[in-house]
Amino acid sequence: MTAKVTGANSWTIAAARDALRKGEISAVDLTMSCLTAIDAGDALNAFVWKTPEIALEQARAADARIAGGDVPAMCGIPLGIKDLFCTKGVPSQAASNILKGFRPEYESTVTSKLFDAGAVMLGKLNMDEFAMGSSNETSCYGNVVNPWQRQGSNVQLTPGGSSGGSASAVAADLCLAATGTDTGGSIRQPAAFTGIVGIKPTYGRVSRWGIVAFASSLDQAGPMTKTVRDAAIMLGAMAGHDPKDSTSADIPVPDFEAALTGDIRGKVIGIPREYRLDGMPQEIEALWLQGIAMLKGAGAEVRDISLPHTKYALPAYYVIAPAEASSNLARYDGVRYGHRAQLSAGDGITEMYEKTRAEGFGPEVQRRIMIGTYVLSAGFYDAYYNRARKVRALIKRDFERVFADGVDAILTPATPSAAFGLGEMSEADPIQMYLNDIFTVTVNLAGLPGIAVPVGLDRQGLPLGLQLIGRPWEEGPLLNCAHVLESSAGFVAKAKKWW
Amino acid sequence: MAIDIDTARKVAKLARIRVEEGDLPALADKLSGILGFMEQLNEVDVTGVEPMTSVTPMRLKSRADVVTDGDIQGQVLKNAPDAREGFFAVPKVVE
Repeated sequence: MTAKVTGANSWTIAAARDALRKGEISAVDLTMSCLTAIDAGDALNAFVWKTPEIALEQARAADARIAGGDVPAMCGIPLGIKDLFCTKGVPSQAASNILKGFRPEYESTVTSKLFDAGAVMLGKLNMDEFAMGSSNETSCYGNVVNPWQRQGSNVQLTPGGSSGGSASAVAADLCLAATGTDTGGSIRQPAAFTGIVGIKPTYGRVSRWGIVAFASSLDQAGPMTKTVRDAAIMLGAMAGHDPKDSTSADIPVPDFEAALTGDIRGKVIGIPREYRLDGMPQEIEALWLQGIAMLKGAGAEVRDISLPHTKYALPAYYVIAPAEASSNLARYDGVRYGHRAQLSAGDGITEMYEKTRAEGFGPEVQRRIMIGTYVLSAGFYDAYYNRARKVRALIKRDFERVFADGVDAILTPATPSAAFGLGEMSEADPIQMYLNDIFTVTVNLAGLPGIAVPVGLDRQGLPLGLQLIGRPWEEGPLLNCAHVLESSAGFVAKAKKWW
Repeated sequence: MAIDIDTARKVAKLARIRVEEGDLPALADKLSGILGFMEQLNEVDVTGVEPMTSVTPMRLKSRADVVTDGDIQGQVLKNAPDAREGFFAVPKVVE
């Protein structure tokens, strides 16, 4: 028996991996420490389905594997899994009432790969319904609460969205790391709001098979972790070609952790002038300048660049993403899985569809399906959908030009503000909420890798993050750059435990 | 372009989402606001630009045209709200 170690739930993946390999802790004890933290963290509403039996069984299997000397990096590492991932026999409902009761008969490729590598599933994590939202207020399970609070205040803040449960759980040390997905910023914005690291890989790096689809040309899964090193380790276990996803790239997965040399001398970092917004909080501007100074200090060359179509990314995104969503979500019809409405006498199949979808989808999802339906409808397809796809091509071209000019990575703010209060945006029009994604959507539209790194605290004591954007398929160098930023920033602050 | 109540009703119908008559004005208003935001796209000169079809240019793989699974009727129907005699059951479709 290994000695009980307290507080192991707050460890990084790298530290846990090393301790497991040295026999300083067992996977079962490590898992128990997370399960205890999860039970004590119900006030955060991050975990919506707890799976302690599965976790302990997987932890015992991991211990057996470790005893046999077969120890992949993720072996015995306890994780939270976003509810968007289909997990065999475990409720997977994308935080929507329309998938109430759905227990998949199959396992998503990402979770299969993680489990094959020995990872442990602690449970399913809350999120915005169908990953549509930036504040985790559209979930059928209720709001997720950010573990961070403003100094001297107990106002509950949003952890961001859509991967808000993942962000809150990692930041509050309920798990070592979590899976997230990112269609317009859903990994990076919540990571920034909770002081953790989140990377959206290049489109095609990670298989989308078995992940409930939102906008298929934009969706990518990625890790949400406590450090950049952990993101490198976990991404390596999630990535790789999958014959079941025709858009997953058949190219080798490099050793991302080995890329963390800490040496970025001579690398060219672009600073896009279009990301300097009117009315941007001074603290965000200052943080950005600090980040620039840190990378310069590490020997990088900093260069002003222009990405002229940036302004049009958000409107293009809010045409393309709802269009794809309206098509993807057509499958929720009350026939094959999930919720079916009670029908009245005389109701036919159309009434069944209409009542089921009205009851099952929340207001934001309904709105996006209808916007998508409209922009794809006869007479408007060219004016909205095709035009948005042309603008998307121009946005991608902007990035291609700066990369061709020798830029290695691009530094921007991750979010236009720190975490805001739950309910604070409820009276605002939907566009105000969409503006949260202003720095992150361009990356999805261009299919590029992007990472959010915590860099500092604002005046009220809330974490703020910066985003680095990399060249396609170059997550390794991007993570290395992020690692340098992380080391220079020395961000070690944690949320004060109130829950 | 503003969405009027008739258009909102039509879109809801196309999307197969029941919206009560009394909720249509608010819906039309919300949808109009969002579409107004998208009007900015008209400022962009897109002459000669092809609409993007694939963000990471790659050749889609082909595979042998063979059956790779099957005989999983039970699994397919497992989550159905109403399954009978090995089929999905729905209200009467044809009179």
